[in-house]
Amino acid sequence: MRSAPYDVVIVGAGIVGAACADELARRGMRVAVVDREMIGGGATAAGMGHVVVMDDSEAQFALTRYSQRLWQALRAELPDDVEYDQCGTIWVAADDEEMAEVRRKHEYYGGRGVPTQVLDTRELKTLEPNLRDGMAGGLLVLEDVVLYPPCAARFLIERAQKHGAELRLGVSVAKIGRREVLLSNENSIAGKIIVNAGGAWATALTPEVEIKKRKGHLVITDRYRGFLSHQLVELGYLKSAHSVTSDSVAFNVQPRRTGQILIGSSRQYGAEHKEVDQEILRRMLMRAQEYMPGLSSMSAVRTWTGFRAATADKLPLIGPWPGDESLFLATGHEGLGITTSLGTAKLLADQITGSNPEIPIGPYLPARASEECAHAE
Amino acid sequence: MPNEITLRVNGADVSVPEGVTVAVAMVMAGAACRASVSGEPRGPLCGMGICFECRVSINGRAHCRSCQIACEPGMDVRTDE
Repeated sequence: MRSAPYDVVIVGAGIVGAACADELARRGMRVAVVDREMIGGGATAAGMGHVVVMDDSEAQFALTRYSQRLWQALRAELPDDVEYDQCGTIWVAADDEEMAEVRRKHEYYGGRGVPTQVLDTRELKTLEPNLRDGMAGGLLVLEDVVLYPPCAARFLIERAQKHGAELRLGVSVAKIGRREVLLSNENSIAGKIIVNAGGAWATALTPEVEIKKRKGHLVITDRYRGFLSHQLVELGYLKSAHSVTSDSVAFNVQPRRTGQILIGSSRQYGAEHKEVDQEILRRMLMRAQEYMPGLSSMSAVRTWTGFRAATADKLPLIGPWPGDESLFLATGHEGLGITTSLGTAKLLADQITGSNPEIPIGPYLPARASEECAHAE
Repeated sequence: MPNEITLRVNGADVSVPEGVTVAVAMVMAGAACRASVSGEPRGPLCGMGICFECRVSINGRAHCRSCQIACEPGMDVRTDE
């Protein structure tokens, strides 16, 4: 039996797919979401849940800030288990060179309405006494948030369902495009528009998309209440995370509501297996201990990995895919998918419904990637 | 009779026979070892270091398995959060 086509069929029930379903359903569209596993079972469950404003580029800033404001607006509606906590981020500067970056960031954010505070050595030590002595200082970004992504994704899916969206889990998709989602069991779902929100697996369904899997590791400790109060990220991260070739680790720790501490981070290309890589894990934990020696005596209760969907220019792919007018992309969010899911959903829905977006959409259009390919040939 | 030693459990002195574990001292003091995430009191279950239910803070260090650690004079033991 073939049903009447949906307005939009979204492939992928991660936080990006969930946010898109919610936005489109609330705009009155008939939406279906399919996922081969569960809600938020991929990068959504693997990531930290750090809603963070970033400034690698103007376009990255625009999307992260826009999205952060959408999270702020949603806060009152979020269930308790989303664990929304505006604990703020401190970018930790180890030396004078990184302190110069603190001041640059302070200017940049301040000029764009993002409240920040420059911390000297003593102020940093007061806010986070378990950092090692001798740090140069840091930048406190007051409106950054920590949340628990799988529950946020579930909330968005449930809200979409209240607006008529249909959810099909445990459904493996073989092929998409030309107004159709073909399932592995040979059934199909018809949609006027198909959205590939498959994260790092988007290339399995749209092979021409230039996305690479970028593997990450995380560790969560037992409960140590009071040890950590803000999300702390080393400014050296700006050096390591930008390397597109080599494996890198960075000090990046997050306080959870339970008192547990989430310890990251690592970035690896070309590592397709999901098993924990002991050497990278060792480097990551050594780096964390350099910044917070007290971590070394803590008990870790779990270690896991996940795959970020990385694009060449560090910006997501949001919009129509050239060559198939029924196919849209919402993927390529790398390490910022939790943050930018809400902005992505708005921008995608604006394009689908012909509304004016609140921020310029150009930098995120998938066409930019295919143009780059064309130029390279 | 073994010698008695004295340690503190949640701020109160407790005397125990030398050689017993901290889990025993917690039982003698009538104290829970820890609280679960939802706040339930927890104590030793397996008694052999596997279940992690008997964790306590010892001398400021959290999450020590009380069933695996012998009491020492002057030890400061507290119910874990």
